[in-house]
This record gives sequence, C-alpha cells and structure tokens, in this order.
Amino acid sequence: MGKKILLDKINIPGIKTYEVYRQNGGYASVEKALKQMTPDEVTEEVKTSGIRGRGGAGFPVGMKWSFIDKKSGNPRHLVCNADESEPGTFKDRYLMEYIPHLLIEGMITSSYALGANLSYIYIRGEYMWVYKILERAIAEAKAAGWLGKNILGSGYDLDLYVHVGAGAYICGEETALIESLEGKRGNPRIKPPFPAVKGLWQNPTVVNNVESIAAVPWIVLNTGEEYAKIGIGRSTGTKLISASGHIKNPGVYEIELGLSVEEFMNSDEYLGGMYDDRPLKALVPGGSSVPILPAHLIYKTAAGEDRLMSYESLSDGGFATGSMLGSGGFIVYNDTACIVRNTWNFSRFYHHESCGQCTPCREGTGWLEQILHRIENGHGREEDIELLWSIQSKIEGNTICPLGDAASWPVAAAIRHFREEFEYHVRFPEKIKNREHFVNEPFEKVRHLVAKQTV
Amino acid sequence: MSMEKHNFKQEINITPELMARINELTSRYPEDKRKSALIPVLHEVQDAHDHWLSYELQDKVAEILGILPVEVYEVVSFYTMFNRRPIGKYMFEFCQTSCCVTRGVENLMDYTCEKLGVKIGETSPDGLFEVRGVECLGACGYAPMLQLGDFYHENLTKEKVDQLIDDCKAGKVTLLDK
Repeated sequence: MGKKILLDKINIPGIKTYEVYRQNGGYASVEKALKQMTPDEVTEEVKTSGIRGRGGAGFPVGMKWSFIDKKSGNPRHLVCNADESEPGTFKDRYLMEYIPHLLIEGMITSSYALGANLSYIYIRGEYMWVYKILERAIAEAKAAGWLGKNILGSGYDLDLYVHVGAGAYICGEETALIESLEGKRGNPRIKPPFPAVKGLWQNPTVVNNVESIAAVPWIVLNTGEEYAKIGIGRSTGTKLISASGHIKNPGVYEIELGLSVEEFMNSDEYLGGMYDDRPLKALVPGGSSVPILPAHLIYKTAAGEDRLMSYESLSDGGFATGSMLGSGGFIVYNDTACIVRNTWNFSRFYHHESCGQCTPCREGTGWLEQILHRIENGHGREEDIELLWSIQSKIEGNTICPLGDAASWPVAAAIRHFREEFEYHVRFPEKIKNREHFVNEPFEKVRHLVAKQTV
Repeated sequence: MSMEKHNFKQEINITPELMARINELTSRYPEDKRKSALIPVLHEVQDAHDHWLSYELQDKVAEILGILPVEVYEVVSFYTMFNRRPIGKYMFEFCQTSCCVTRGVENLMDYTCEKLGVKIGETSPDGLFEVRGVECLGACGYAPMLQLGDFYHENLTKEKVDQLIDDCKAGKVTLLDK
C-alpha cells in the first residue's frame, strides 16, 4: 500500500471536528513553524520537497512562493484556490469536506511563510455546504487561538476567511479568481504583472490549490527532504486522484506518484478494473483539458515502457502519444462511449465557460461546439474534421489565459487518435441516430465499414 | 436568458437577520474593499428572495455595498448561479458533463422531465419544479447526480429521483444550509 500523507487520518471518527483533529496531532506544524522556524526556513522546506502545484499546471510550489514581492512593503496575501471545476476532478472537495482543518492548518503555516496577514480560501459556489463546513472550521480554529492577533505569542497575526464564488469555471484561473474575489466578473488578467507582484487589490499574492496547501503541514513536520523521498524523480510526494467513468470503484484516492497506471486501474486497492467488465477504450488522465489517450497508449508509452502515474510518464511522447497528469481527474471510458459525443460534450463545456474576453476563445469554442454537434447528430461533412483541426489550432496559444488551450487540446487529441470515429459519423449518419449508438453496437464492430468506404 | 427588463415583480425584504449576515460578510474584507463581498452577499440576498434577483433587488444590493448598480448587474449576468427570473421552487440541476454522461445522466434527465411533465429549462405550471442541465459540479465519481438548493444528490437512479420528487412534494426536502 502506498504512503498516505493527506488522507492518512481520514477514517478517524470525528476528524472533521477541531477537537479530534487536534487530539490526532493537528496544528503541530503551526506550532513548529511559529516557534522554531523563520518564514524563509518554511519556504526552504517547501522548495526542498519539490512539490508541484496540484491544481493542474504542476508549477513548483516553493518557487512560486519565492517570487512573492517582499520589497514593496505592501500587504501580502495567500489565496487558496478551491474553485475545483475541471471536469473529472473532485478531490479538493473530498479533502475539505472530510478533513477541513488540514486545509486551515496548511493555510496558517503557509501564510506565515509568505508573511501574509490576511488570507482567503476561494471556494466554488456549488460547494455551498462545504463553504459552510469551512466557515465553521475557521471559527473553531479562531476560538482555539490559531487565528487572530499574536498567534501562540509569536507576534504573528493572521485573519483567514472563506469566500464563495457563483458558478464559473474560469475563476479557477488564478487572475480570474482574484478578479472574482474583488467582486467582479471572472475575466483573467494579462500577465505580467504576475499575482506575486500585483495580485489581490494590487498586493503581492500567492494562489495555491487546496491539495498543495494541505501538503504543507506534513512537509514542515517531516522536512522537505523526507517528502522528496516519496514519489519518483521530479514527481515527488503523493497525489490525490479523482477517478470516474466506467470503472468499478470510482472515488478519490491518494497515490504515491510513480504507481503504474495498470496497477491503479486494475488492483482492488484502487479502481478494481472496468465496470461491467467491458473493454477499456480511452482514458483522460488529468481532467477534461488534457489529451485523451487511446487504449494502446494507456498502460505503455509509445516507447514500450510502463506508463506511470507521474508528471513525466503521463506526458511521455508529448501530445503525439502522451497526455498530462493535470489535476488528477482520471476519467475512464469503455467501448460504449462515443468519442465524438464526448468531445462535443467537452466543447460545449468550454464554450459555456469561456469568459468572452478573447475572440479566438469566445468565437472558436462556439464553432467547435456547433461543428461537433452536427457531426454527432448526423449532419457532419467530410471537411468538418479538417475544419475542427484548423479552428483548434487557431485558438491554442492565442488567448490571455489557458482556457483556450484547454478547449483546443481535447479536440486535437480526439481527432489525432480517433479520426476513424469522426469519419464513421460523417459517412454513416443513419447508424448514429440514436445517442447510444455505441452502446448498441461498439465502434470496434463497425470500424471495418470506415476502412472500406473512402472518399 | 435575455437581458431585457422583465415584468416579474419581486417584494424586497432585507430583514435585520439578513442585514447582520451581510455586515458579517463585508467585515471579512478591508474597509475600503467592501465590493469584494459582492458575490457572497448576492448569494445571501438571493436565498432570502425565492432564489432570484430582480433589477430592483440588485439595485438594493448596490446601495448596501455603496457601489454602482452596473457593478452588480455585470456580476449577476456573468455567474450561472444567479437567477434573473423566478425559478421553480425545487430546481433539479443535473450535471450533464462527460463523467455523468458515462453513467447515464441523459436518460435520467429525460425520465425526470417526463415524470414532471416539463421540458429542460421550463418551470412546472404549479411553480414547484424545474429541470436544468448544468456543467460539471465536481461529483464525477458519484455520477449521475444533481444539485438541489445547497445540496448534492448523488449516485442517482430512477427510484431515487422518484423518492426525491415525492419528498419535495411532501415538503420534506431542505434546500438551504443555514
């Protein structure tokens, strides 16, 4: 069994409450940091740990912290990104719902390292009951003396609040999140300046994912060096994986990075194999934005090596034959899934969630959705496949924030690996009339039709 | 939803309890940054006004926070959780993104609409129910699912939907986590 550092106490009855959390060693990292360490020493431990941002981008957390502007003398802020909205991802919610004090402890220790005296947790509006859980947990922590003025007599002050959003995927992008926290529409800002220099209210700000911050207490207590021993290569530590789709045991799992995809998929400790024992068709390993992988590239890389749950191995082969670890939203598809329908579904999502600031994204995501909709509904044209390719290539890299890329990659990967399915939809419209076409007749059974009829 | 002004009337009632909660929310931000409280405040105000925000009510929020009405309108129209027209008392918001589709949400939405006699986006004639398809709610491992008020209902089946509808009709369903 892999090492657990985030969810190791999750099954202790009452761990949601302050008393039980504290009795089980909770808030020890705050005591250690405030009494025995300087803020820079805490940052150094996080740097040494090698932990990379767990929201999706994978940027080293310690390095991000080290960019915060301390020279200007402006107030600094730590903002926790709990706007978890990437389709396939539900790990942060699990952590906040079942062990909320771990996040609060991480926020205090991390805020101390950054010299922030006013910090926020920005949670998506749909997680309303989790917002209330955090509000109550913060009140408990405050009553116990972990927040407020002169914490533990150290002279360090911190106010921590939870702030709720109202349904906008884009607010997971850090500058859009800051705009939203300022009471505005979630339009991403042009960078630079980066939030580390001008963030919330133009003050130096660090924005970190829930899971990244929740790992800080362990790192502070056990040292960054110990953390770096977990995992593989530059993928240090553990990662929460949200598993969904056609598998036996969906849910949230903490894994040691470096576990093989095959073991994660099939062992009873994890996903337990395919739901209904149907064949595996495709995998989205890191949330809807990352390229989809066809069956033959899931367990092995194109070079024939075992595919591992790590940043490097999942992206092995680049976008030609690889994908990304992303947010850890692990979505599994069996042979009844229609890749065209699924790609349309993702495109509808990105079209809906585009903030509308940049023309390539605002217009392009709509075109992608419309064209995919007509292909899926039997009105596609042969040239539509090239058109989709062309549109996605013109969105990618041409927008202020990464939503444009996130909308493009799933379309590109679907065409790259499943082109025949698109051709089948265009050439045999009468066979895809029912939306469950591949439930009734999986693509493998009709693939030969596409090969026979060329244009 | 259109941007036109509509004819729906809404009675505005900022109770002392609501005002106390608004003051608590604004106190979380620096004195000169009260606008930051806008979204949390809008949630509270909407919850206290049958889950929707008329222009008149939005104007009231602007007045309370000391900002321009347009600063409220542009936010209300941007975020999907704010409703600019009256909605069904029990709004079933089904997640219709990929992971829920793999677990059969499309058929379940059809079933629910048929059972309630409504189309997606329509309110039932008695104003009690509405069905909507929304984007990923972060419950992918517990699909199919829906949101009703502040709570999630997960791992749904037709039987569970039947039960939920019965419970709503019997007034046994809690909508808000207060």
